[in-house]
Amino acid sequence: MADYHWPPTDKCSLIGRRISRLDGPWKSSGRIKYSYDVNRPNMLHGKMVFSPYAHAKVVSIDTTAAEKMPGVKAVEVITEPGKEVFWAGHEVVAVAAETEEQARDAARRIQVRYEKLPHLVSDVDPAKAGEHTKQLAEQTDGNPDQALQQAEVTSEGEYGVPVITHCCLEAHGQVAEWEGDNLTIYASTQNVSGMPGEMVRAKIADSADKVRVLTPVMGGGFGSKFAADTWGLACARLAKKAGRPVKMMLERDQELMAAGARPSMYAKVKVGAKKDGTLVGWTSESWGTGGPDAQGGAPSIPYVVRIPDRRVRHTTVLTNIGPARAWRAPNHPQMCLITMSALDDLAAKLDMDPVEMLQKNIQMTGQLAKTYSAELEKAAELMDWKKKWHPRGDKTPGLIKKGLGVSIHTWGGAGHPSNCNCTIQPDGSVSASLGSQDLGTGTRTVIGIITAETMGLPLEAVKVNIGDSKYPPDGASGGSTTVGGVSASTRRAATAALNQLLDKVAPSLDAKPDELEAVDGQIRVKGSPSRAISWKQACAKLGTTPITGVGQRERTDDLISSGVGGAQMAEVSVDTETGIVQVDKLVAVQDCGLIIDLKTAESQVYGACIMGVTYSLFEDKIMDEQTGRCLNADLEFYKLAGIGDFGDIVVHMMSGPGYDERGVIGLGEPPVISPGAAISNAVANAIGVRVPTLPVTPDKVLGALGKGAVA
Amino acid sequence: MAKLEDPKDPAKSDSPKKQGLLRREFVKLVGGTGVAATAQVLAGHKLAAAATTVPNAVLGSGKVVGPGPVAMSLRINGQEKKLTVEPRVTLLDALRNHLDLTGAKKVCDRGTCGACTIIVNGKPTYSCSVLAIEVADRDGKPGADIRTIEGLATEGKLHPVSASFVENDAQQCGFCTPGFVMSCAAYLETHRNPTIEDVKQALGGNLCRCGTYMGVRDAVVEAAASMKGGRA
Repeated sequence: MADYHWPPTDKCSLIGRRISRLDGPWKSSGRIKYSYDVNRPNMLHGKMVFSPYAHAKVVSIDTTAAEKMPGVKAVEVITEPGKEVFWAGHEVVAVAAETEEQARDAARRIQVRYEKLPHLVSDVDPAKAGEHTKQLAEQTDGNPDQALQQAEVTSEGEYGVPVITHCCLEAHGQVAEWEGDNLTIYASTQNVSGMPGEMVRAKIADSADKVRVLTPVMGGGFGSKFAADTWGLACARLAKKAGRPVKMMLERDQELMAAGARPSMYAKVKVGAKKDGTLVGWTSESWGTGGPDAQGGAPSIPYVVRIPDRRVRHTTVLTNIGPARAWRAPNHPQMCLITMSALDDLAAKLDMDPVEMLQKNIQMTGQLAKTYSAELEKAAELMDWKKKWHPRGDKTPGLIKKGLGVSIHTWGGAGHPSNCNCTIQPDGSVSASLGSQDLGTGTRTVIGIITAETMGLPLEAVKVNIGDSKYPPDGASGGSTTVGGVSASTRRAATAALNQLLDKVAPSLDAKPDELEAVDGQIRVKGSPSRAISWKQACAKLGTTPITGVGQRERTDDLISSGVGGAQMAEVSVDTETGIVQVDKLVAVQDCGLIIDLKTAESQVYGACIMGVTYSLFEDKIMDEQTGRCLNADLEFYKLAGIGDFGDIVVHMMSGPGYDERGVIGLGEPPVISPGAAISNAVANAIGVRVPTLPVTPDKVLGALGKGAVA
Repeated sequence: MAKLEDPKDPAKSDSPKKQGLLRREFVKLVGGTGVAATAQVLAGHKLAAAATTVPNAVLGSGKVVGPGPVAMSLRINGQEKKLTVEPRVTLLDALRNHLDLTGAKKVCDRGTCGACTIIVNGKPTYSCSVLAIEVADRDGKPGADIRTIEGLATEGKLHPVSASFVENDAQQCGFCTPGFVMSCAAYLETHRNPTIEDVKQALGGNLCRCGTYMGVRDAVVEAAASMKGGRA
């Protein structure tokens, strides 16, 4: 029988190679339909009415004028009078009309009266937040006060990361269509298999098997699209009321105000070391906001570098900024920025190269110490660190100062629950079906590669069926859990299907099934390649009945594992006259166990680095304290990096012995964690002073220089 | 941009609203590429007073149409497409909501991100910032030559730019990709030998959230090379 374990990578014809994504041609030809593109016959357009106030009670809602307007077919109240809204952009009413313009007009005519209530949208000072704070946790290990007292050098600083948004280019939303009791949802979601159940819990459908969710492709999620959300539920209800399909996609301002925000995190840190750079103690008072609800516990800082004696106190500020959602690598970029900035400042005080300091303390990173050490070495080589690095403050003459920064990060990335059916048809065609989804990460391609590799077929011979809730259930795509989940289930399903085929074929090759292998489009006897039949001939022996192999990610699955490291280095130029920071080069060295598709894996890292440049230099959900509204709820002032906003990015994937045998591990999150710290540290190295918070904008650079400029 | 759409927003005495136009429409008009034509069909001389950049010569008869739906013809990918939409409907919404040409994507809807880029009279154009009626046939004269990504290559084939985006993995979620491909295709029609530095300038009007720019840089240079090789 074929063995389900991964073949050695040097024996693979597809796994680990650079392979173009399967849905690439659909996307770059503009022909694939995203949820936003679905136009159903007789479809109505939905629009939302959102609260203009950051905190208010809904007093009354009058929809009569709107309902009489041309084209208006249904209205759905989401927040009933008497209930409160907790952020500007909070959903209140939804309306559906014949055209998008009519729906927008109708939304404007819905009269909502509010009683304004006090709001808080500033998270920068917990002392000013009064009753809007909640001390979540305090964690002490060892004796940090004594450790810091005995430290030969200490450094104190304040660091932070503001609230930013997800800003998926495809807005949140869906098309909902009823046929009797059956509901079809064309949803832009990270959770195809989970959404039917959500519709039942919301009492929209009476059973999950009457709900079908279709998501062949989706335009970005980054952690913000796990649920149907109030607008998704309202869309289904509007469609039911109107008896017609409804498309409800958020407009960009709503998207930025209400559809997800990454929690902020700020900290006052004291960290100490011996003169040789050995870290001895850490204390931090941190705070941040995740919107109106307190979430999570104390941050796990110091991040990655586990200083034995430490005390962490964390306070959550309850604000009306908007609802927090998981943002690619939840909490890690914030914890990383705080930790790596503090360590970098300490290294500067010791007049020590920060890479040397990390290497000196590498055992504090735990199990992955060797990986980190190797990754730092590789990154230093690719950056030419030793040659380029200088002590803090670029002393060369001129207004442009150059600097280097480093950071390391970690992530779990264990595979989520996943089920795959792999079917071989008598005509030789092969399909793998999973209720998973491809967020643009390459999930579809990974499934295809594993199936084809297992069958000894070219990639084109395999059809991948995902993005449909009728397929075997699969986990939501979050936390870099998808690639592990689908890789395990697909490999097991494909192997199970192949073994059934080998059973059928064995007699005709006069061999036992476990003497056979599937290679190069043939089933052949191991060791005697001439005793072979073609894949098509083999499958013809199935007669009229296809075979299906069933695969499930096992609870402890030896095809996958978790826990990765990663090291990044940034080189920046800072114009000390204008304060503008240019990222000249970013080096990212990353491990993720066994790589299935090197091309899409590298793309994940490139993309994460660019997303990292964006949140390091530009992104900030700016709130107006007086009105409580978001001041930059559009793409003109909510800045995303463009193609010319950074220099070079160099990606190196750690693979081969020591990595491949770990099996598949998730990759989406880890490389987005370090850019903020690496870039912030590089700026400090360039200009000689710390810009304490992200984004490192020109005004902050100039402000920091005013306090202590470069000599 | 919600503030622009808020009808309760106190209008200044000289605001376009007082002249019978919502601010959103006004902003779209002055932000659009064909101010004069729209001004004429939408609001005639009233808008001309507000939009002082309108040359008198093209104001024509001042015939007013709308605000209800208006029958019009658009020349898209070499074909005449008839549709009936309100004059305020953007070219992007006309393509997507009325003609099921959904390759151009709606993201910012305010002329910033480039996801809606199509080619109008040979130029890459944000279709969210043009009204359909601006580029429609009018007074017996043919409207603009509109090319969308659906017309870039024949069905089942890939344009060299699209193929190069696949090869260089210049796309992840892919929602920005058609806009990038159209910007790139239009650019390469007039620039045969771009460098990476050129590409950074040329595609500065398109935004991507997944961070595919490294692939895009290579894809454009490679597509240029392959198009010169006669494969286009």
